[in-house]
Amino acid sequence: MARIIVVTSGKGGVGKTTTSAAISMGLAKKGHKTVVIDFDVGLRNLDLIMGCERRVVYDIINVINGEASIHQALIKDKNCNLLSILPASQTRNKDALTQEGVGKILEELSKDFKYIVCDSPAGIEQGAHLAMYFADDAFIVTNPEVSSVRDSDRILGLLSSKSQRAEKNDEPIKEYLILTRYAPERVKSGEMLSLDDVQDILSLDLLGVIPESKSVLTASNSGNPVILDEKSDAGQAYSDIVARYLGETRPHRFIDGKKGLFRKLFGGG
Amino acid sequence: MGKKGCLGSYLGAGDMSLLDYFRSSKTSSASLAKERLQILVAYERSSVNQPPYLPQLQQEILLVIQKYVNVNCDAMTIKLEQSDNQETLELNIVLPDFRRV
Repeated sequence: MARIIVVTSGKGGVGKTTTSAAISMGLAKKGHKTVVIDFDVGLRNLDLIMGCERRVVYDIINVINGEASIHQALIKDKNCNLLSILPASQTRNKDALTQEGVGKILEELSKDFKYIVCDSPAGIEQGAHLAMYFADDAFIVTNPEVSSVRDSDRILGLLSSKSQRAEKNDEPIKEYLILTRYAPERVKSGEMLSLDDVQDILSLDLLGVIPESKSVLTASNSGNPVILDEKSDAGQAYSDIVARYLGETRPHRFIDGKKGLFRKLFGGG
Repeated sequence: MGKKGCLGSYLGAGDMSLLDYFRSSKTSSASLAKERLQILVAYERSSVNQPPYLPQLQQEILLVIQKYVNVNCDAMTIKLEQSDNQETLELNIVLPDFRRV
């Protein structure tokens, strides 16, 4: 039986697709057969981040409508053969996504894969709802910024009321925090919410902190998930997250940042 | 000239960060952000879980009270609390001071 992970946030532009791409690649690299699904019908982008945009033939809506089989629609990743991608439709209406259709696809994929990563669209409409509805685990991607934290809190409310597990009174979805675009220097100078500030409000299991990093943009430029850039801080942070999710104990990094000369000399912070 | 400009901006930057350093201990923008968030999130959490009829109920109760006492809508809060085996509807109205009238 597969484990279904939803990567969600409410707010757009916080790093859901970057995280979905990195996490799914990380799980596959660790030897687990993984599929990552783009739920952003009409605005698909996971294919670009994964670098498979020219190999998209069929999409999730084709599968739901019976125009293609699930195996025709899946794209094998170019870097790792344990990873597959199910793209979203770019042309259809987002209402083409139905709960019954998504349920069937996840059931079918559960036979073949160990992990199913659902890349949620922003917002709280149908696509976002269906991305989280069947989830076992939720990765809440949050920026240390007021609107992102507020939206994350809203999403937490939906996870605990509008999911299959909530409706069936099963064990609730396990919720984890991934704090992205973190700039320790700005936290120290009091101009950015700290990890503790965010946790005081959301109080979730922390999977990891992704530092603000140039490598995220260069990775998306070339269509390779940033986790493959093993020298980069963001890549290492995502590797830690995957390891922690799989049960390894790894100390948290990238929270304090490097000590500046001024602070070294005068002992501040 | 160029060098002086550089030095000037360097000193300027130094002044700024030193000033910020002392200022940050009082009210940094991050602590303001946290404070605003805590209030907002607490409010939104309670209003998400409340039954949909609650705002209407509050409005109608207020109208009845206003027939007899001069209170405005800020003077009243209505809260539904749920514990394991009971639900409590708490109504809090601040009445005006009669002695002054």
